[in-house]
Amino acid sequence: MIQLLAFYLFAALTLAAGALTILSRNPVHSVLWLIVAFFNAAGLMVLVGAEFIAMLLVIVYVGAVAVLFLFVVMMLNIDFAALRAGFIKNFPLGILLAAVLLAEVLMGVGVVQGGALQLGTPDGSAPVPAGTQNIEAIGAVLYGKYLFLFEVAGVILLVAMIGAIVLTHRERKDVRGQNIARQVARRPDEATVNMQPDVGKGVSL
Amino acid sequence: MTEFFSQWLPYEWAWGLATLCGILLIAFPLMLAVAMIIYVDRKIWAAMALRRGPNVVGPLGLLQSFADGLKVMLQETIIPSSTSKALFLLAPIVTFTVALMAWAVIPFNGGAILADINVGLLYVLAVSSLGVYGTIVAGWSSNSKYPFFSAIRASAQMISYEVSIGFILICVVLWAGTFNMNGIVLAQKSHVWLLNGFVFNPLLFPMWVMFLISGMAETQRAPFDLTEAESELVAGYQTEYSSMAFALYWLGEYANVLLMCALNAVLFWGGYLPPLDLPVLYLVPGWIWLFAKIFLFFFIFSWVKATVPRYRYDQLMRLGWKVFLPVSLLFVVLVSGWLMYTGHFA
Repeated sequence: MIQLLAFYLFAALTLAAGALTILSRNPVHSVLWLIVAFFNAAGLMVLVGAEFIAMLLVIVYVGAVAVLFLFVVMMLNIDFAALRAGFIKNFPLGILLAAVLLAEVLMGVGVVQGGALQLGTPDGSAPVPAGTQNIEAIGAVLYGKYLFLFEVAGVILLVAMIGAIVLTHRERKDVRGQNIARQVARRPDEATVNMQPDVGKGVSL
Repeated sequence: MTEFFSQWLPYEWAWGLATLCGILLIAFPLMLAVAMIIYVDRKIWAAMALRRGPNVVGPLGLLQSFADGLKVMLQETIIPSSTSKALFLLAPIVTFTVALMAWAVIPFNGGAILADINVGLLYVLAVSSLGVYGTIVAGWSSNSKYPFFSAIRASAQMISYEVSIGFILICVVLWAGTFNMNGIVLAQKSHVWLLNGFVFNPLLFPMWVMFLISGMAETQRAPFDLTEAESELVAGYQTEYSSMAFALYWLGEYANVLLMCALNAVLFWGGYLPPLDLPVLYLVPGWIWLFAKIFLFFFIFSWVKATVPRYRYDQLMRLGWKVFLPVSLLFVVLVSGWLMYTGHFA
């Protein structure tokens, strides 16, 4: 009974938060609703028995990705009127996207109902044999069966990261860099000197 | 506790009641501990500055925090007119709730743990990564310059140090072989000869030092309290807050500091185990060992706060990204290499 209550709670909150993500007028509120949706989705994951995925969802999406979203959205100077404009123009495209997403969801439901995949069972019970921990099961698959693909994914991410750094990096000549080693090595007697300058000659401007 | 209640109630109700009791059993002493630790912090700080500290309310000033709490409770909650009201009030609640949530997986004694879950350590990471939102939402919803600057500083700082904390924790998990907090404590039993604790391991000792420093940065304690740098940012993200909303930030901050101290104890110093694996030391209950360790780390936190000047922001970022991240990454390689070499995983 507790599971059922928790499921309906999390599912309803996920749906409501998802709807409010789209409907709220303020983009910052949208991101915050998105975070609520992520969090409740993590709750659903726990209910299915995938606690590792749930924690990763919170750590990666809520803890890192959404913070960056929030950063960007908060610092943009958003004109709310301009956001509303172009609704009619973009409407057909939006409908198209929505139709594609709906078709995907329906196909997903159909596949699970058909029982073609071994990913999960329709009644929500975890396919992992009892007694195996989530992390061990995922680790065994990732580092055993799919080791090559996993490593390739890592290399691709590394290349993407280096690419992003190279593209956005610019050498700035007009700022003085901080040399921490030199700053730490400085001693008082080399930092301050007592001078006895003549009147009007003490400063060079 | 569930068994105890299921004598009279159906299982679901018994479970619910037992969990509720467990939560209250942790939350109430924790609140009391936070009130007392604020007093301790002020006393230590005062002693290091050759002052007396709070000494008027109650014997030795012990009731100072409660007097402050009462005062704050009676004040008016001021909500500035330009704020985003709902978020403005929600932010301190989030901070405070999140500060309490992570305590669910801290083992206080052999079986005394509210949620003995497989992914305990990941849960701690997940919950502590939620803490950013209390700060960032407060800064944004205040609709004021200084809180906003502070919120951006705080979130950049917390994200930066979470990365190295993650790698440090991976070293611990590799050695313990589990994410379960109780399992991590038990894995430290007579880890090096008779010593209980990963910290006595030469490969993990540097990790502990880095974890302690990262913990200070993560909880925004001095010398990393740039978010509350009063010379630059008034009072940081809490500038616009008053009365109980302000107090929630205050309590949440100290609850987080205590949590960091508890994590130091649990992950590196053997948690509820005594420092030496001698039978006579097990006569002292485990929670006393844990509390003694927490207190020791809190003393270190206070000591550092009283003696070390505040970092500059670029120094803070440099330490996080250019020193801690590469070093912790190196130690992940070293630790996993050593464990493979010695056949730890076989």
